[in-house]
Amino acid sequence: MPDFPTPLVTPDTAPFWKGCQAGQLLLQRCAACGALRYPPRPMCPQCTSKETGWVPASGRGTVYSYTVTHQALHPSLADKVPHLVILVELEEGVRITSNIVDCPPDQVRIGMPVEVVFHQVNPELTLPKFRPAGTA
Amino acid sequence: MSIRGAAAIVGYHEIPTRRNYPGRSNWSMLAEAANGAIRDAGLRKDQIDGLLCQEGFNSLTVAEYMQLSPKYTQSMTLHGATATGAVSAGAAAIAAGYADYILCVMGGTRDPEAGGQQPGGFRNPQQMSAQPRGGGGPASRGTEWESPYGPVVAANGGYGLIKQRHMYEFGTTQEQFAKCSVDQRFNALLDPNAAFSGQPITIEDVLNSRFTNDPLHLLECVMPCAGAGAWIMTSAERARALPNKPVYVLGAGGPATSHDTIFMERNVTTSPVALSAPVALRMSGYNARDMQFAEFYDCYTILVMMCLEDAGICPKGEIGPFYASTDTTYKGGFPINTNGGQISGGQPVGGGGGGIKQVIEAARQIMGRAGPRQIAKNDLCLVNG
Ligand SMILES: [Zn+2]
Repeated sequence: MPDFPTPLVTPDTAPFWKGCQAGQLLLQRCAACGALRYPPRPMCPQCTSKETGWVPASGRGTVYSYTVTHQALHPSLADKVPHLVILVELEEGVRITSNIVDCPPDQVRIGMPVEVVFHQVNPELTLPKFRPAGTA
Repeated sequence: MSIRGAAAIVGYHEIPTRRNYPGRSNWSMLAEAANGAIRDAGLRKDQIDGLLCQEGFNSLTVAEYMQLSPKYTQSMTLHGATATGAVSAGAAAIAAGYADYILCVMGGTRDPEAGGQQPGGFRNPQQMSAQPRGGGGPASRGTEWESPYGPVVAANGGYGLIKQRHMYEFGTTQEQFAKCSVDQRFNALLDPNAAFSGQPITIEDVLNSRFTNDPLHLLECVMPCAGAGAWIMTSAERARALPNKPVYVLGAGGPATSHDTIFMERNVTTSPVALSAPVALRMSGYNARDMQFAEFYDCYTILVMMCLEDAGICPKGEIGPFYASTDTTYKGGFPINTNGGQISGGQPVGGGGGGIKQVIEAARQIMGRAGPRQIAKNDLCLVNG
């Protein structure tokens, strides 16, 4: 079976993935204008500065949209469908693609509060996922 | 500088869209489509001095294979906007004098034994990868910020998210989306080029078809197919000396974009058509409501419907009621995708080749060659890719 697609870690993205391994959802913050951005990119799209820092996000947000995938689009997903892909609007105003977990497909709603949880795929990769807020 | 009316489509050829053409290579499909279009335009191959191809099929390779020496060529890398983008670029190139007769040729086969989906005989090894953005992986087929959360085939996931959000923001209903599929299927019934020719469906059929990506039903999605098409563009002056009724490009806008993958679109219920349509309409001197029919790229119902809103065919958010109250078949008040589009015609694979269905059908209707599907008011068409 082909391996589940995993991201290649690059110099631009390494801090983000290391943050996930440490249980932190890190966002890039432009050192010049303060704008937050995701996904990690070398240049601030607001002011074009390349000076960047990393700040932890609260991990809280709301569901902006979602879709329930019924097809196993990769062999490794055969026993995992249906699964939920969501767009999360973080409190910080940044949007992130992820999955919702600990939530039946018919319970998801646009606007529902969610919070980040970290899912270790393998020793090299931990993915940020989201669950309904307050379910810990 | 406006290029209003400077260029025209003067001939086309479409190879019927089918699930597969066993034993046919991409090259044979492209060659057949190209030769058909050249003949249809009343030209010879040695008169072709411009060549526009699709994403993934390097136009330099196509030129070499066909033994063409275009003095103007490029491959459009615009996903679904590739075919319509070629009309926009081709019209500008004609007006600028880069070439006199431009061949646009797109499509391909799905037979892996005869070359798969790639022109050189390779199946795309990166199709399911999580390539970093800018890392050379095929766009829209997964990047490191999307694929790890569930790989998407084509764009089912992204358009599922868009449709969900459209229903939330505007109250668009599943029945209204289904009406789009049903009208287009009616249009495909009499088109021998359509993959679903002669197979009617009802609203209930759409609503009862399985979800690919809830809230998207199977019958709201394109079926990947084999097929190809080509058309010839030339100047208005040269067009008048050729046998077919010229299809003048009265306005063109774009290609426009605000994102690559759908997940990165800031306002997911607004498409880049909001950027390109005003340019095209302003150039043409017409309003969207002046248009008599529309051929709009339709990988999914939600896309064709959202883009019609962004072009101004109806106010933003009102496309659901528009479809519910409008007969969009070729017999109706505002025909849309008069050959069934891609949802009922099938989507020819290969780097945005699907848009040939829209471009060629627009030319066919304006030339008055659509046979039993011919619409009566056929002068002004808005085409989107
Ligand atoms: Zn900045």
